[in-house]
Order: sequence, then structure tokens, then C-alpha cells
Amino acid sequence: MNLGTTLLGIHFKNPIIAASGTFGFGDEYNELYDVSCLGGISSKGLTLHPKDGNEGIRVYETPSGMMNSVGLQNPGVEAFIQEGIAKMRRFDTVLIANMGGHSMEDYVTGAEMLSKADIDILELNISCPNVKSGGMAFGLKAEVAQEVVSAVRNVCSKPLMVKLSPNAENIVEMALACESAGADALSLVNTFQAMAIDVHQRKPVFNNVYAGLSGAAIRPIALRMVHSVCKNVHVPVVGMGGIYTAEDILSFIMAGATAVQIGTINFTNPLAGKELVTALEALCQREGIQDINEIRGII
Amino acid sequence: MEYFQTSVISNICISEDIFVMVVGRNGAPASAGQFFMLRATGSALTLLRPISIFKAEADTLHFMYRIIGKGTRELSTLRAGDTVSLLGALGTGYPIDKMSGKVALVGGGLGIPPLCETAKELTAKGVQVDVYLGYRDDLFAVEEFEPHSRDIFVSTEKGEEGYRGFVTDLLKPEGYDAVFTCGPEIMMRKVAAMCAATKVPCWCSMEHRMACGIGACLGCSVRTAEGMKRVCKDGPVFPSNIIFPNK
Ligand SMILES: Cc1cc2nc3c(=O)[nH]c(=O)nc-3n(C[C@H](O)[C@H](O)[C@H](O)COP(=O)(O)OP(=O)(O)OC[C@H]3O[C@@H](n4cnc5c(N)ncnc54)[C@H](O)[C@@H]3O)c2cc1C
Ligand SMILES: Cc1cc2nc3c(=O)[nH]c(=O)nc-3n(C[C@H](O)[C@H](O)[C@H](O)COP(=O)(O)O)c2cc1C
Ligand code: FES
Repeated sequence: MNLGTTLLGIHFKNPIIAASGTFGFGDEYNELYDVSCLGGISSKGLTLHPKDGNEGIRVYETPSGMMNSVGLQNPGVEAFIQEGIAKMRRFDTVLIANMGGHSMEDYVTGAEMLSKADIDILELNISCPNVKSGGMAFGLKAEVAQEVVSAVRNVCSKPLMVKLSPNAENIVEMALACESAGADALSLVNTFQAMAIDVHQRKPVFNNVYAGLSGAAIRPIALRMVHSVCKNVHVPVVGMGGIYTAEDILSFIMAGATAVQIGTINFTNPLAGKELVTALEALCQREGIQDINEIRGII
Repeated sequence: MEYFQTSVISNICISEDIFVMVVGRNGAPASAGQFFMLRATGSALTLLRPISIFKAEADTLHFMYRIIGKGTRELSTLRAGDTVSLLGALGTGYPIDKMSGKVALVGGGLGIPPLCETAKELTAKGVQVDVYLGYRDDLFAVEEFEPHSRDIFVSTEKGEEGYRGFVTDLLKPEGYDAVFTCGPEIMMRKVAAMCAATKVPCWCSMEHRMACGIGACLGCSVRTAEGMKRVCKDGPVFPSNIIFPNK
């Protein structure tokens, strides 16, 4: 039974990748289990300069999921290159550097620096608000996303995976725009913009008013988006959004994903990464799947 | 730190909405001021709930918690023999090892239970412990401190028991080598200010919403005089001068 898969010319021992922002640089979870059992780890979301993140409440439980407004707290690209990469390289797993930005210049400079560093894949998070356009995210309009992806593509010699926001005006158009701008792969979905109100205090729960929804609550919509993107692009797709079980992983792969990422489930079950690898193997065995790659995109 | 399932040995309501749950310890290391993330096995909730160590015995862990919402209500329905999942022990607790002489423990409300294990560990080290406990109305856990303290001072807001007013009215930090506090932020700020004014070192235990509990998600970061810190890993116990600077 083979769970191994190749993405962007890189071998993944299995299709399970820890999702950005939920897994740090892997070292905390490595105290609970050997994270080298994972196919890959996507780093905490980086930005060119260090960021303190948002004030106030940052995580909030919702029915079948959660909202977060961490605000990309991170040590910055330079510190990641100096210290973070070495931490992640201790693990025998594919190293994905996830990076966002708040201006075109930041994206390009950050990507240039990471491209020269010892990373396997650059995952470009385009869900971040663009300071110049009044905070509207880069990942909403296909033209804007295309511009930032092309600029990054020009300076990036590493495999480039663009992470799409489900808040995009049209997810398929967005995917096609990123593909044509030079993305080698796409990952989706990031969190859905959402809101919560504390009625006792008569205030929004989050200082930023809106925050990102993740977890099982978004799974069916994420699956639909992954499916429709896979039907329309030629580059490989990494699917995510509320994946909690081995069945969820298979459904994303049947919908066309080459690999998957797991985020929120790491909080619900801190051993999820390890347990899902075993569970996926057992499920494939039960389902008579010899090779995980044989069922990709069958739907 | 480990994630494990263990059995509930007892889960008893000790006051209107306050429970004490005793579970098998499974050899988990645990020290005063640290906490565990708890989850009723089979729960449909997304996030585990942080609860401090009330008492760590050889084979058992004791948690004292108040019902606030869904998670703590679910924990309160567990019966002896049910299983619960625990992640921990987590975080940085009180600096017990560095202490000598006299230490005051100042607790308010559900900040009181973690001070019980703290009193026990300090006393075991030969430190003299005085305890200041602030309640709204009903008292709980006072007797738990008796074997581990020299003096116990109690206040209630309406004066049904003990001193009428705030527990900070009773505290004189200058007689102590250090003060440890846990409770509502407004109380800890006051304690920190009193300690700063009298140059007595003070440690306080912070609360923040948590997702991972192990330092990975940055959901629990707070701004301190030394930059952003994770309550779940760098804390929950911090020196008060970095959490409440200029106070
Ligand atoms: C380090 C630490 C130690 C704690 N120790 C104790 C203890 O010993 N006894 C006790 O009674 N309580 C303790 N608390 C508070 C306890 O975690 C919350 O009361 C509990 O999480 C509420 O969950 P809920 O689902 O019942 O409430 P809800 O309001 O429904 O919870 C919704 C979400 O908010 C979070 N949340 C709500 N209130 C708090 C809070 N005050 N702090 C952190 N997260 C919160 C919950 O964990 C959950 O994710 C501690 C908190 C922290 C951070
Ligand atoms: C606490 C938290 C922090 C996150 N931080 C980032 C981030 O820095 N960069 C990013 O691209 N995605 C981030 N995400 C989004 C996840 O990587 C993932 O796309 C999303 O949560 C959906 O997957 P899930 O439902 O399995 O969690 C974050 C999600 C959570 C819950
Ligand atoms: S709760 Fe995740 S870092 Fe503290």
C-alpha cells in the first residue's frame, strides 16, 4: 500500500501536511509525537518584517470550528532563515515556507530572500490585506492576485505554491489567474471571513471585527472549491478546510487534490497528524486502494 | 508534556457552580501554576479547555473549575469511570525553586485553586506561606490551605465571612520575600502595584483564550515589556513587572 506522492518534483511520504499557522515550525508538536511522520509542514505565516499580530481575542470556538485573528504574528523572514529553517530541518519532512505580505514590495523582497534559503516550497498566502488598497486582500480580485504572483514568480527559483482565499470573488477565475501568472501549484482554502458578536458586551468578539473561520464547519464548501478548481487548472492542488478524518482526506483526493493540509484538527486532537497517517493507511487497506495516487480526481 | 486519556475518579459539585474533578495522573509530571487542557472524551467541541492544577497527588490530578459555558458544563457532566483527555502539564508555573523565606499567595475567585498546589510545594521546600483569599460570597477550598500555610486571611465582598471588602486591603507585601497572585486581572494589577511600590518581587498568572495550548498557534499571545509572550508556554505565570509595567 503506497501513500507516497510526488508534488512539484518533491517526494512526500504521505499526502498529509500540517497547515500554516496551526503548527508553528513543528517543534512544539514534535514534543508530542515525531512530526517526521508527516508528509510536510507548512511554516507559521511569515512576513518580510517581524509582526506582533493583533490585540485582543485571537481564537474563538464556533459550532464545528473556530475563528482566528492571530494577525500573522511571526519573527520575520530574516529570523526564519537564521533560526526557523534549522528547527524545521531537524524533521525528515518536506519544508514549506508560508509567506504573506501587506505590499507588493514586501512580497517580492521576502520571496527573493526565501528563494535563496534552504526551503523546499514557497507557499504564498495572498489572503493578506493590502495596505495600499485600503486593506482589501490581495486574494479577492483575480487581477490583483495575478500581479503579485507574477512579481513573485520573477524572483522565485523555488517551487511556488499559491494559497487561495475562499473569499475570492470567483475561486476558479482566481485559480486560473494564479496559474497563468506562474504558480506551480495551488493550495486552498484559507479561512472564510466571518464574524462573532459578544451580545453581553455589545461588542464584536474580535478587535478587527471580522476573523477567519476554519474547521469542520467549512469542509463541504472547501471540498466544493477544491473540486471545481481541480476541474479547471492543470497545476497540482493541495486541498484543505476542516479535514478531521481519513475519510475527509480521501474525499479531497478523490475531488482532485494531490495532497492535503490539516489545521484546526491539531487543536481538537493534538496527536491528529500522527493518527491520521495511520488511519489513512488503514482506510486505504479497507477500501482496497493499493496506491493513493490511483483514486485522485476520480470524481 | 503528553496527550493521554485517563479515567474520572470523582467529579463533585462543591458549591453552586464549582466542581472538583479528580482523575488518574498516569505519571504525568506536573508542578504548581501549570495547567492542563481538558476534553471530555467524545466531545463535539473544537477546542480543549485550560484548567489549572488544583492538587497533584502521587496517582491523581485534581481540578477545581467553575461552569462558565459549554466546555466546563460538559466537564461537569462526567461521572466516575468516564474518560477524559488531558494535554499537559503545560506552561511555566511559579518559580518555587527560587523561593526561600516568606511568600504571600494572593488569590481571587477561581484563581484560588492553583495556589493550593503552590502552597503545598512551597511548604514542602521549607518556605513560610501566608495565604490571602478573596471571594465574592461563598467560600471554597479554604480548608485545603490549612496544612500548607501559616496564616490564612479571607475576605468576601459583602462581608458574609471574613473581612468585608477586597483581599488586597489585607495584604502588606513588605513583610514578604515574594508575592504570587492568581485571579481577576483587576486584583492582580492591584497586587502588582502594591508589590512594585514596596519593591517586593511579584508573579502573576494570566488567562487568555487558547487553541493549541503548547505554544504553536500564537492564539494566546499577550504584549509584555519583553515583547509578545505566549500565555500557554512562556506563562501562564509571569513576573508582574513585565505584564503590568509602570505599575
Ligand atoms: C492557564 C489557565 C488556567 C485556568 N484555570 C482554571 C481553573 O483552575 N479553574 C477554572 O474554573 N477556570 C480556569 N481557567 C478558565 C477556564 O479555562 C475557562 O473558564 C473555560 O475555558 C471556559 O470554557 P467554557 O467552554 O465553559 O466557556 P465558553 O465561554 O463557552 O468558552 C468559549 C471559549 O472561550 C474560552 N474561554 C472562556 N473563558 C476563558 C478564560 N477565562 N480563560 C481562558 N479561556 C477562556 C474557552 O476555553 C473556549 O475556547 C483557566 C484559564 C487559563 C487560561
Ligand atoms: C490559528 C490559525 C492560524 C492560521 N494562520 C495562517 C497563516 O499564518 N498563514 C496561512 O496561510 N494560513 C493560516 N491559517 C489557515 C490554515 O492554514 C488553513 O488554511 C485553514 O485553517 C483551513 O484549514 P482547517 O479547517 O484544517 O484549519 C491559520 C489558521 C488558524 C486556525
Ligand atoms: S494557545 Fe496556541 S500558542 Fe498558546
